[in-house]
Amino acid sequence: MSIKKAAATALVAALGVTSLAACGTDDARGAAGKTDQPAPKTVTLVSHDSFNASKEVLADFTKQTGFTVKVLKSGDAGEAVNKEILTKGSPQGDVFFGVDNTLLSRALDNGIFVPYEAKGLDRVPAAYQLDKEHRVTPIDSGDICVNYDKKYFADKKLAPPQTFDDLVKPAYKNLLVVENPELSSPGLGFLLGTAAKYGDEGWQDYWKKLKANGVKTVDSWELAYNQEFSGSAGGKQAKADRPLVVSYASSPPAEVLYGEPQPKVAPTGVSTGTCFRQIEFAGLLNGAKNPEGGKALIDFLISKKFQEDMPLQMFVNPVAKDAALPELFTKHGVVIDKPETMAPEKIAEKRDPWIQQWSSLVLK
Amino acid sequence: MALPVAFFGVFFAWPVVSIVDRGLRPAGAWDLGRVGATLSRPDILDVLGFTVWQALASTGLTLLVALPGAYVFARFDFPGKSVLRAVVTVPFVLPTVLVGTAFLALVGRNGLTDELWGLRLDTSVWAILLAHVFFNYAVVVRTVGGLWSQLDPRQEEAARVLGASRWTAWRTVTLPALAPAVAAAALMVFLFTFTSFGVVQILGGDAYTTLEAEIYRQTARLLDLQTAAVLTLVQFAAVGAILGVHAWTVRRRETALRLVAPESTARRPRGAGQWALLTGVLVSVALLILLPLGVLVERSFAGPDGYGLRYYRALGSLDEAGTFLVPPLEAIGNSLRYAVAATAIAVVIGGLAAAALTRRRAGRLVRGFDALLMLPLGVSAVTVGFGFLITLDEPPFDLRASWILVPLAQALVGVPFVVRTMLPVLRAVDERLREAAAVLGASPWRAWREVDLPLVRRALLIAAGFAFAVSLGEFGATVFIARPESPTLPVAVARLLGRPGELNYGQAMALSTILMVVCAVSLLLLERLRTDRTSGEF
Repeated sequence: MSIKKAAATALVAALGVTSLAACGTDDARGAAGKTDQPAPKTVTLVSHDSFNASKEVLADFTKQTGFTVKVLKSGDAGEAVNKEILTKGSPQGDVFFGVDNTLLSRALDNGIFVPYEAKGLDRVPAAYQLDKEHRVTPIDSGDICVNYDKKYFADKKLAPPQTFDDLVKPAYKNLLVVENPELSSPGLGFLLGTAAKYGDEGWQDYWKKLKANGVKTVDSWELAYNQEFSGSAGGKQAKADRPLVVSYASSPPAEVLYGEPQPKVAPTGVSTGTCFRQIEFAGLLNGAKNPEGGKALIDFLISKKFQEDMPLQMFVNPVAKDAALPELFTKHGVVIDKPETMAPEKIAEKRDPWIQQWSSLVLK
Repeated sequence: MALPVAFFGVFFAWPVVSIVDRGLRPAGAWDLGRVGATLSRPDILDVLGFTVWQALASTGLTLLVALPGAYVFARFDFPGKSVLRAVVTVPFVLPTVLVGTAFLALVGRNGLTDELWGLRLDTSVWAILLAHVFFNYAVVVRTVGGLWSQLDPRQEEAARVLGASRWTAWRTVTLPALAPAVAAAALMVFLFTFTSFGVVQILGGDAYTTLEAEIYRQTARLLDLQTAAVLTLVQFAAVGAILGVHAWTVRRRETALRLVAPESTARRPRGAGQWALLTGVLVSVALLILLPLGVLVERSFAGPDGYGLRYYRALGSLDEAGTFLVPPLEAIGNSLRYAVAATAIAVVIGGLAAAALTRRRAGRLVRGFDALLMLPLGVSAVTVGFGFLITLDEPPFDLRASWILVPLAQALVGVPFVVRTMLPVLRAVDERLREAAAVLGASPWRAWREVDLPLVRRALLIAAGFAFAVSLGEFGATVFIARPESPTLPVAVARLLGRPGELNYGQAMALSTILMVVCAVSLLLLERLRTDRTSGEF
């Protein structure tokens, strides 16, 4: 292509951009601002980066309701919620999925959701329904737990730790890697788990012991799991040397699914006495352009179809009673009977001071 | 002139001002007391001190390593030169996630240096500095080398004939001509390292935080817009000051240069000294750049049972868990499409701005705009991104969910490159040539075409190459405006790294290798382009 042509093309492109910008690009509505416009055909779901759903299931929703789902991923869970708070009243989409119990109060207090009682909510246990006004609807749950490298403990002929108390024992010195609770949601979950277990004052003593026992802190789950944890595929390649990591109860099934070749048994296990329960919610955004589509989408998120698709997409557990777990989970996963929990109001009140105390205690 | 101003007004000034304004006027009243309070916090002061220190150290180190490289690339001919030139530019466009991973594999625990000499540099300042050199080597080589290869060697020879020693000739002839380009390169490296984010996050551990990382933390994590706004202003002031000084020195030193075609200046090295220099540069490139890249390539082939193409094959198929709605390979197409659009925008906006800035009668106002154009490099991506969120939500600019936002954001970073690369060359065009053309009856357009264009064409291509490369590797804005149905390569890599399991990790490495190759090939094509001499007909 000659330079002259290239310059001309570039100019046209640039002008095209400005004119595009000038006519607005809301493909759903065409000409903006008409009063008798038909309901938009697109419903926009804003979520965090971990959201996934299979194509068939989303196509199914379109078949049922006539709405096409557009997904906007907006950063990690904390960042995504903060963006919604910033854009309150003029949201990026209609429904937000992915606010968990550690962030719930902040989201509700800022009024980013409007109440909507989903159809079929009676199939979801009341224990999950943390907001009585139904501004948010529970969609999935997961447990943040310590994972261990089975091979390491078998080679050492050492029983893997099972509880919070075990982790501070000398036998497990310099073995655990955790995430910074300020930067990572599993890190925060683990901190809250220790606070739930040892009380508002006691958790600091516990962390002092953990620190004395050689706990290592990194910024993100990715670094901890794929670079520091010896039980994961990435960690094996990186010759990682920490056989204990804070991750999820659903990580072992994931190791199996993505193993090359798929192992018969999971290479990692879960310390069942170190878990904190996370529940994720979805809500109709305040100022949604398509509230009807949004309501239909929330109904769909707790339908049997979506709930059964979810585990293999996002490695979380369904909340609907009638949704069956896939074989991978029943075979390689564990059910956590007694996870630690905490009320969202309390988390909202304590979270920031605790994180600061944690930083000065552990990082200094 | 109007188009660049409008572009920057809408897509940069307005979003940034809005978000800072929201931070400083939470209740509609100015709360300036917070500025002083924030700036006297010891933790904030620590962050500031470290940011400046590491940027200075990184810049010095980069110049030290890369200036000999610039000379070698400009003045010597050796086999494989254009391939190597493309390769050294590849780091510049790699997502930081990957560079962090590669450097950990080199100098981290059980990394190469650890196995050989028991040397570990992760969570030390050295790892950060080395990674910065790795990233910015190409900036110096391309900016300085681009001009160096076009300096007429006969001027220096003339000085020698007139009795100057080799050193004096170089000092009085070549150095002053190069100074603006060196200053421009140093400035760019300083800006990049000053606002470094990903590298510091991954390699610095908890011990080191830069201003950029702190702004991100305050905004995205803590939603403390006040502190973030204050820090943004500090960064603004610092960057503004650097740019002001830079603009002043450049104007002081710019002289009309005699530029010649680069092909006529490069020759094969002669004598032991020149061979030694060439070898030294090649070794430093191999250690600093090829080695980290090589680690990634090696890991993309290495499976548990020996080497193979398993991960590459996996890329073409949809995994059953549906990390993507499209096979990862399609990300290549998306990346290229965004990059072409971003390059087009950056070249048009940057080209117009550079042309406006070189006019002799350009007033003070226009010159101020010169510095303004550089500001996007010094303003944190998170500030711009969050600014987009709260400003571009009303027609006619309701672009938050539009694909065009990605190339626009990328072009914002690309424009300064275009301007920086073109300005030294444009300003060096002898005004009398234009006047002569005008006297001979050429229209302004024709004079520009016949006089300026042949001289700046190479700079234009280099600039376009940079803009393209920046867009290919750009991660922040793309993630911000992520549209899952069309992930770019870096976004796809990050997603793969963010999921457990060997296959994902291997695929991330394979995709990174592909990203590297795509970048290298694109840059190589640009190198080829400029040697297509279809004389007279552009």
